[in-house]
Amino acid sequence: MSAASVQAVQLRADFDLIASWVQPGERVLDLGCGDGSLLKRLIDERGAKGYGVELEGAAVLAAIAGGINVIQGNLEQGLAGFDDQTFNHVVLSRTLQTVRHTERILGEMLRVGREAVVSFPNFAYWRNRLAVMAGRMPVSEDLPYEWFDTPNLRFFTLLDFESLCAKMNLIIRERQVLDEAGNLVTEEPNFLGSLAVYRLGR
Amino acid sequence: MAGVGIVAAQCAHFTQPLALKGGGVLPAFDLVFETYGTLNAAKSNAILVCHALSGHHHVAGCTADEFGKPTANIGWWDNIVGPGRPLDTERFFVVGLNNLGGCHGSTGPASANPATDKPWGADFPVVTVEDWVASQALLADHLGIDAWAAVIGGSLGGMQALQWTLSFPERIRHALVIAAAPRLSAENIAFNDVARQAILTDPDFHGGHFYQHGVRPLRGLRLARMLGHITYLSDDQMAEKFGRRLRVGAGSYGFDVEFEIESYLRYQGDKFAGVFDANTYLRMTKALDYFDPAQDFDDDLVRAMARARAKFLVIAFTTDWRFSPARSREIVHALVHNGQAVAYAEIDSAHGHDSFLMAEPHYHAVVDTYLKGIML
Repeated sequence: MSAASVQAVQLRADFDLIASWVQPGERVLDLGCGDGSLLKRLIDERGAKGYGVELEGAAVLAAIAGGINVIQGNLEQGLAGFDDQTFNHVVLSRTLQTVRHTERILGEMLRVGREAVVSFPNFAYWRNRLAVMAGRMPVSEDLPYEWFDTPNLRFFTLLDFESLCAKMNLIIRERQVLDEAGNLVTEEPNFLGSLAVYRLGR
Repeated sequence: MAGVGIVAAQCAHFTQPLALKGGGVLPAFDLVFETYGTLNAAKSNAILVCHALSGHHHVAGCTADEFGKPTANIGWWDNIVGPGRPLDTERFFVVGLNNLGGCHGSTGPASANPATDKPWGADFPVVTVEDWVASQALLADHLGIDAWAAVIGGSLGGMQALQWTLSFPERIRHALVIAAAPRLSAENIAFNDVARQAILTDPDFHGGHFYQHGVRPLRGLRLARMLGHITYLSDDQMAEKFGRRLRVGAGSYGFDVEFEIESYLRYQGDKFAGVFDANTYLRMTKALDYFDPAQDFDDDLVRAMARARAKFLVIAFTTDWRFSPARSREIVHALVHNGQAVAYAEIDSAHGHDSFLMAEPHYHAVVDTYLKGIML
């Protein structure tokens, strides 16, 4: 299986989880929504009311083409303008590792929403560990960049993330971990999981 | 090249009195308009283009000379209207009008006051964005249009698109609000007042009744336009276009035109003063100042917008400091709070407030993509 199709399978698994957490009629804000494909799914399949925030003009255009309520903006500037507790879920899918102001964005998500849904690649995944043991930075399906061109600013693991949640007094309501094929991982998640998906609250 | 070819203005005459927000009543009035494309059988493909401070009904195409040949008089927003353009006349029926109080054919201060048979002049009432929208609804009736597929405008035109969603929620399906604001800031009003003072203190203004004196307050209007023009451009764009370049080799230590920017502004001021009406300019700026849909809702824009049923596309430009992106985001966030449908694009453009008139490819792609998604 090619890297692209592996990621596509896993992306669907990621979206499956998120979709299963959204109830009909709930309001969802997707941060870094890209072309709006997750939102489209949540709207079409779950009857959600969806909004997205996206920085890149080409992605904004694609989202508009899909009829998505997309708002062009930079997450690094926080979510100023969005009122408190406007959304049932605020989603940050595979984007936290690219955000510089990590604590601020997590705080903002739980200011404007009742629940934050966060997914990110697990740097402690066993293949990544092997790559570092072999003396090279990992390049994989979930970390598909070279060290010199990666948009990722933060490299962290499930354990790292959970200790930040504890520091910020965020409650972990649910955690699901996926392997590269998109299967749920139950044993040794910080070793066998390549992608983690969390539901957080206050 | 004008996409829709040769166009001709039409005039609709309305005999029912129009009560204005400011208290006056217009006993009867004319609206001059142009249309492009064909109204479909279901009358579901009509787009209204609202103009800004100095605009008019001639939005697209070119007018003809006395021999029926095309002239160089091309519409002010021709780059966005026509076959294959974002406001695609193969698909949409596009209407542009000159607003009440204007000086391009619709009833305005230079028109005859039926009570005196003399030009209205200073007695022409101050008209508001709400009044314009009310008169535009009468034009829609005249054209047999129950609901616009979209109403679109930039700047003051965007405010009219927004007001449509509040005045007639059932008669507008999409509002395209571009380079606008939910109301003016104190700084915006301050600029407008300096422009008005330039006109009001011109000795040729004669309290607004200059028509009878055979003069026009050209100096005041010219100054008003020069000031306004500065606010339409960006600092970067001015630096790039003019910098500190002199028209002649060296400074003369006098007050004649020296810097290129002075020459440009004076040219723009003269050109404008030659064709525009000072009384119209005063009223357009007042309409801007008074626009404030949140005023009746304890300044709460969220509650003010709640009755809108339209879907919104809001667009702002990064270098626009007259109505900055932050002002557009006020509209966006009020809509989001209410769970209303809105898309927002913030376009990188060097052209300041005037960007909305430019054919910037990404900007036009956003409008084009949005309008293609409208079901007819």
